[in-house]
Amino acid sequence: MVQFNLPSNSKIKKGQYYKDKTGSKNIRKVNVYRWDPSKNENPRIDTYEVDMDNCSSKVLDILNKIKNEIDPSIAYRRSCAHGVCGSCAMNMNGKNGLACTKSHSELDGDIDIYPLPHLKVLKDLIGDLSILYKQYESVEPWLKTTKINDKENIQTKEDRAKLDGLYECIMCACCSTSCPSYWWNGEKYLGPAVLLQAYRWIIDSRDEDRKERLKKVADELKLYRCHTILNCTNACPKGLNPAKAIAEIKKMLATA
Amino acid sequence: MSSYKIIDHEYDVVVLGAGGSGLRAAVGLSEAGLKTACVSKVFPTRSHTSAAQGGISAALGNMGEDDWRWHMYDTVKGADWLGDQDSIEYLCKEAPAAVLELEKYGVPFSRTEDGKIYQRPFGGMTKNYGNETVQRTCAAADRTGHAILHTLYGQALKHNTEFFIEYFALDLIMKDGACKGLIAWNLNDGTIHRFRSHITIIATGGYGKVYYSATSAHTCTGDGNAMVLRAGLPLQDMEFVQFHPTGIYGHGTLISEGVRGEGGYLVNSKGERFMERYAPKAKDLASRDVVSRSIAVEINEGRGIGKEQDHVHLHIDHLDPKVIEERLPGISEASKLFANVDVTKEPIPVVPTVHYNMGGIPTNYKAEVLTVNGSEKTVPGLMAIGEAACVSVHGANRLGSNSLIDLVVFGRAAAKRAAELVKPGMKHDEIDKSETDRCLDRFDKLRNSQGSNPTSELRLSMQKTMQSKCAVFRSEKTLKEGVDEIRKPFEGMESLSVKDKSLIFNTDLVETLEFDNLIRQAITTMDSAYHRKESRGAHAREDFPKRDDENYMQHTLSWCNGAKTKINYRPVHRSTLTNDVQYFPPQERVY
Repeated sequence: MVQFNLPSNSKIKKGQYYKDKTGSKNIRKVNVYRWDPSKNENPRIDTYEVDMDNCSSKVLDILNKIKNEIDPSIAYRRSCAHGVCGSCAMNMNGKNGLACTKSHSELDGDIDIYPLPHLKVLKDLIGDLSILYKQYESVEPWLKTTKINDKENIQTKEDRAKLDGLYECIMCACCSTSCPSYWWNGEKYLGPAVLLQAYRWIIDSRDEDRKERLKKVADELKLYRCHTILNCTNACPKGLNPAKAIAEIKKMLATA
Repeated sequence: MSSYKIIDHEYDVVVLGAGGSGLRAAVGLSEAGLKTACVSKVFPTRSHTSAAQGGISAALGNMGEDDWRWHMYDTVKGADWLGDQDSIEYLCKEAPAAVLELEKYGVPFSRTEDGKIYQRPFGGMTKNYGNETVQRTCAAADRTGHAILHTLYGQALKHNTEFFIEYFALDLIMKDGACKGLIAWNLNDGTIHRFRSHITIIATGGYGKVYYSATSAHTCTGDGNAMVLRAGLPLQDMEFVQFHPTGIYGHGTLISEGVRGEGGYLVNSKGERFMERYAPKAKDLASRDVVSRSIAVEINEGRGIGKEQDHVHLHIDHLDPKVIEERLPGISEASKLFANVDVTKEPIPVVPTVHYNMGGIPTNYKAEVLTVNGSEKTVPGLMAIGEAACVSVHGANRLGSNSLIDLVVFGRAAAKRAAELVKPGMKHDEIDKSETDRCLDRFDKLRNSQGSNPTSELRLSMQKTMQSKCAVFRSEKTLKEGVDEIRKPFEGMESLSVKDKSLIFNTDLVETLEFDNLIRQAITTMDSAYHRKESRGAHAREDFPKRDDENYMQHTLSWCNGAKTKINYRPVHRSTLTNDVQYFPPQERVY
């Protein structure tokens, strides 16, 4: 039987409410998705009252404040804190982004923080990205060249410029996990992040494997599940355009 | 003690850490046919190498004449003569080949008009032994670390390196003074893993998070350094902490030295380009310790900017917006995000911010870990590379863009040396159960802490002490206070509170283990600084303003057992590796 509703153990319950203890007049309610794999309990939403008079500007600052001052058990990934490592990707008020670059002043009302959508949750805000990483591996993200002399490859400025907007990808998965096609076919469709990476190597003038690379992604499921919904481009916290990269691959295949 | 499920592994070599140096080593080891495991607490591309901006130094000579000997001289001088010149020779000589190798791996370097790797000017990098500025720093816009890290991860995938990702390393396994592997905790499922290996390579990066304000990531906690201390081995030159001149005021985000390389300059509240006074020749491109001290003096003497007069301005608004867009896109983005500044129109508010640890695990140029027992000795089975190591090529102060080259040159050197020492499939020694017990005792004790001091409070107290007592300028008074004060958060661990008792992604416990690692390094840093009564490179003593070559041409070694340290010294290597270059004797250091 097809099941249309959430399994009962996935239904989100109301969790704990942490009232402000600082006496602050400037309080914001922050609702955070919680799930602990070691307890046999449903996921829940815990609510924290956060003193915004003593909180820096980003959503990550709120989470750090909660972890440091209110509830140390809350789990999320974080590292560089300035948008280059891609660890703290999560869903904030319904939109994917990096907690370290997202200003909470841009979010209206109470703040809802969830893990990236449609990933298996490992704990709280930590999602399982292992499928995406496997898919990344499958596009063979390394330069293929037969030149083995000890001089550098010569690449014109124009050819190098073709990598701009691609090599900057930090693999945070905001794009792929915002894509409905990837939600439904995540194990077969490569998704925007990995296709952007694939295109980064296809278009590199130094690479000698372009034909093979194109052939490898030219697949009903791997590539053509992209229906140009453009959520990916809308979600990218680095301002990249995965949808365009995918369109370029399709164009190259159509004109090959 | 609770019982833990232990899973055993055997590898020829285990690399701990998957940043630039760890990945480069792993690639070399896999190429050599050694069974290699790479263990990391974060997915490789999350490592802090990704935050390196400006570039990677190598005397390629793509932008005019250059020579690796000039690069060596600059590095020796930048290091204020505390670097080992045999290692520095190795670094600078191997650098060009290492960069060309990265290019072959696929790093998307920016290009010159004729399609070669673009190189930019950087602090302290000069022509002809200190004469004029040279363009030596190879760049991929201002995202060079990111580009290198992602490319190296691709190479590791190509070579089928076995990764253990989101495993938190706990301790080394030692036997009769030799390293036999390590023990790690798998955050994904809560199991304990015991890796036996002929060689363990520590590549865990720096420990910037002992300070309150640092450009370092949350994860820069020097876990490998602390494992070395717990194994009864010393760390070296821990007092040398680099303050980057330009962290964004109030937030600490790094603004690359490449900004000044491309023509940016600093001004004080009077609108003066004050670096002209401190470094008449190199000006804004003097080495980092010099620029950071100059900013600190400007602020201390009341010429700082802002309500609190506590920062200065970095201008690039005079540059062609096209140059900014092509070569400095990342810092434009960061300035917008964290200072709300449009760099084409306004200056960036900046302040010296903790950035890099010159100190770390002492090694020779082959990456073998050293200790002193009467004389200098290598520790069998143990290597260290990258920021975790103190080779020492950076001595008392690292030059900008010398860290990325350090990662790949010594990552490669470690793999080469390991391949000489280990043959694939060699039999493993038996290891004592007591090592596992000792490690899990500590783990279990921390996990079950029921006291009243949250880790975050102890960490904050440590960070504030380091920030105020072990800053750009130091004195007998501040350091003496610091030596006492830094032990308080350590003592606070006797009544530690850890709320989460679970084993899967227990980040409360991860942060506690990280704090346990940090505090040991904070103590060794403070004590090492207290004992060095001279000024050299990044270690500036107000009460001893001069360099003292007679007494301190020596590396500090510090052992740490609990809150007790033992300080000793070993002489700086005063010879080169080969006759290709002559030893550079100490000179007065002016820029």
